[in-house]
Amino acid sequence: MKTSHRTIATAVAVLAMTALTSCGSSSEPAADGTVTLSFMTGSDQSTVDTSKALANAFMKANPSIKIDMEHQPGGSEGDNIVKTRLSTGEMTDVFWYNSGSLLQALNPAQTLVDLTGDPVLTNVQQDYLPVVTQGGKVYGVPATTLTGGGILYNRKVYDKLGLEVPKTWDAFMANNEKIKAAGIAPVISTFKDTWTSQLFVLADFYNVQAAVPSFAQDYTAGKVKYATTPAAQGGFQHLADVHAKDYLSKGFGSATLDQGLKMLVEGKGAHYAMLSGLLPPLLATYPQTATDVGFLGVPSSDPAKHGATVWEPPAIYIAKTTEHLDAAKKFLAFVASPAGTEAVTAAVRPSGPYRIKGSKLPDDAIQVAKDLQVYIDKGATSPALEFLSPIKGPSLEQITVAVGSGLTPPAEGAAQYDKDVEKQAKQLGLAGW
Amino acid sequence: MTKQQTGPRMGPGAAPGQRHTRPAARHRSAYPYALYLPAAVVYLVIFLVPTVTAFYFALTRWTLFDSTFVGLDNFRDFLAEQNLRIGFANTIVYAVVTSGLKVVLGLLLGVLLTSRLRLRGFLRSVVFFPVLVSTVAVGITFSALLRPDTGLVNKALALAGIDGPDWLGDANTALLSVAAVDVWKGVGLATVIYIAGIMSIPRDYYQAVAVDGGTAWHRFRHVTLPLSWPATYSVIILSFIGGLRSFDLIWTMTRGGPGFTSDTIASIIYKQYQAGFFGLSTAGNVLLFIIVTAIVLPLNYVLGKRQVAV
Repeated sequence: MKTSHRTIATAVAVLAMTALTSCGSSSEPAADGTVTLSFMTGSDQSTVDTSKALANAFMKANPSIKIDMEHQPGGSEGDNIVKTRLSTGEMTDVFWYNSGSLLQALNPAQTLVDLTGDPVLTNVQQDYLPVVTQGGKVYGVPATTLTGGGILYNRKVYDKLGLEVPKTWDAFMANNEKIKAAGIAPVISTFKDTWTSQLFVLADFYNVQAAVPSFAQDYTAGKVKYATTPAAQGGFQHLADVHAKDYLSKGFGSATLDQGLKMLVEGKGAHYAMLSGLLPPLLATYPQTATDVGFLGVPSSDPAKHGATVWEPPAIYIAKTTEHLDAAKKFLAFVASPAGTEAVTAAVRPSGPYRIKGSKLPDDAIQVAKDLQVYIDKGATSPALEFLSPIKGPSLEQITVAVGSGLTPPAEGAAQYDKDVEKQAKQLGLAGW
Repeated sequence: MTKQQTGPRMGPGAAPGQRHTRPAARHRSAYPYALYLPAAVVYLVIFLVPTVTAFYFALTRWTLFDSTFVGLDNFRDFLAEQNLRIGFANTIVYAVVTSGLKVVLGLLLGVLLTSRLRLRGFLRSVVFFPVLVSTVAVGITFSALLRPDTGLVNKALALAGIDGPDWLGDANTALLSVAAVDVWKGVGLATVIYIAGIMSIPRDYYQAVAVDGGTAWHRFRHVTLPLSWPATYSVIILSFIGGLRSFDLIWTMTRGGPGFTSDTIASIIYKQYQAGFFGLSTAGNVLLFIIVTAIVLPLNYVLGKRQVAV
């Protein structure tokens, strides 16, 4: 029953898009032999800085190739722009996009250039390849560094109150009690930017995997659920715990990510469940970010099994519609080389290790990167679930806000998320749902 | 106004009333239809084609790259949506609260602004001004004003010794706060409709009340209120439909949150679209279309009947 309606879809999309976009891309090589590559990238500060650094260093090394950057909005709005442009053949030559579960939705076999076995990938670490692979083919190179997902904490607050970095959830809660007594907000929450509420659940995946090693496969196959797996429900329980004890920062319901990061750096809040990759842009205004903010994996009940969940770097891909394949491959090879990572390091302080062979963290790396490196050296990391499974329910952020605000009990939140996941699996047409 | 009675007369050519002797009946049918053509093409391409394709894509699993026909699955999934009940209740509450307040406040402001005030013209502009501002801008501005710590509203309340809530971050107040902003923004239009309605009431009735020794309250209760019914009718219908499909303000101010507590049907649909479930969200739109029609058609009929009765 599967019929391709590309023509209809294209016709409708073209009608909608022609009015909105200017199609004046200069695709022909200029008289002096320069080629212009178009490059679409994200619009958050860290992505913009990294992309600029890559493009500038590349243009310096290859004067005959010019790179034109455009920016797409973040989040699901950006996803839709990428999908629409790919399906109408209006995509830029190369573009920056998520790796892992979101790649599947781009239909890479139809829309992206296959890089399997290409020399472009020579320097990419083997561990990274699965998150840019679909149907046995590799499509992208890592654009930036690994990011840790866990709890960012203010080390000055810890020093002042004489606290120890917690290895168990109970120790974490005991620290919160002392921090609250000292008049500092123990746990920063920023539910206006709803996605930030998910970290207690998503970053808890290391603990889930430690308890149930086969969770990711069984979950993709529809065999295990969050609501029926106690370890998986843990993340929802954590959210409920910190709310029930009144540990959340004031005005958490309408606070934004930027306000939360500021509170953390200034020491007005002690803990923030967040991604380490968001810190580098703060360094310009708050240089103390480099030393004052530390990283720890979400604690579990077993101190012997303490580890961290990591987010693989997003990737840079080549659209199949490109007319400058050679130049595009040259650019990707540069991105995935020690020279490329050095150019990025010079512009953006890395918040974690690179996925490129031969790239090292600089000695003056920021504290969260050093903390993350310790987990990696110990082998105590796991990729987040969205890199191991194509399913990630779209309503998780609203559910975690509801659980984190005390509106929904954790068990009910987990059950709601299972239903959300089921809907998504059906929409993806996965087997077994 | 008297000039118009002679009727418009443009350029040279036959004066109105002068009869053509040409047997034009045959041509007359072809000529006007050709004139419809450009408008018809625009209508077809921009309105009819998308509407028909929407009804089709509502029946498919659609990723923008290809679509698979899945029958009524999308409708079943959308109706099984966990938060649809909250969303539906919120939509009704929002539509009733906003259109109710717009009627009451619009009528009061309408009466005020048709009375002999010195600053009448200025005040009318002030009331109408919010209508002209972009909804998204209003949403962003009020999000800032309603912030718990730094917002102007709570700072003003603090001066009076009141500890204001987190208006948009608290589940109890979020939806009503957005509704209040919606009323602030939309009441200008209701007022203008009422001003027009009240101005069209013949002075004779007021004089009759005055002759009978009636007070201002009598004038309002027995003349203004019943005779501005056509205006009330328009305001109710317009603001109710607006309330049912309200989206932009809710999205910029709360995104349906906290959690799902201020979700409306439109925001639920938008979230499906954001998640990339294009078929599912199209099915939601078809349902919203049916729901709005099912509510507004009878409402229109009932209110319209009342209008005839007056």
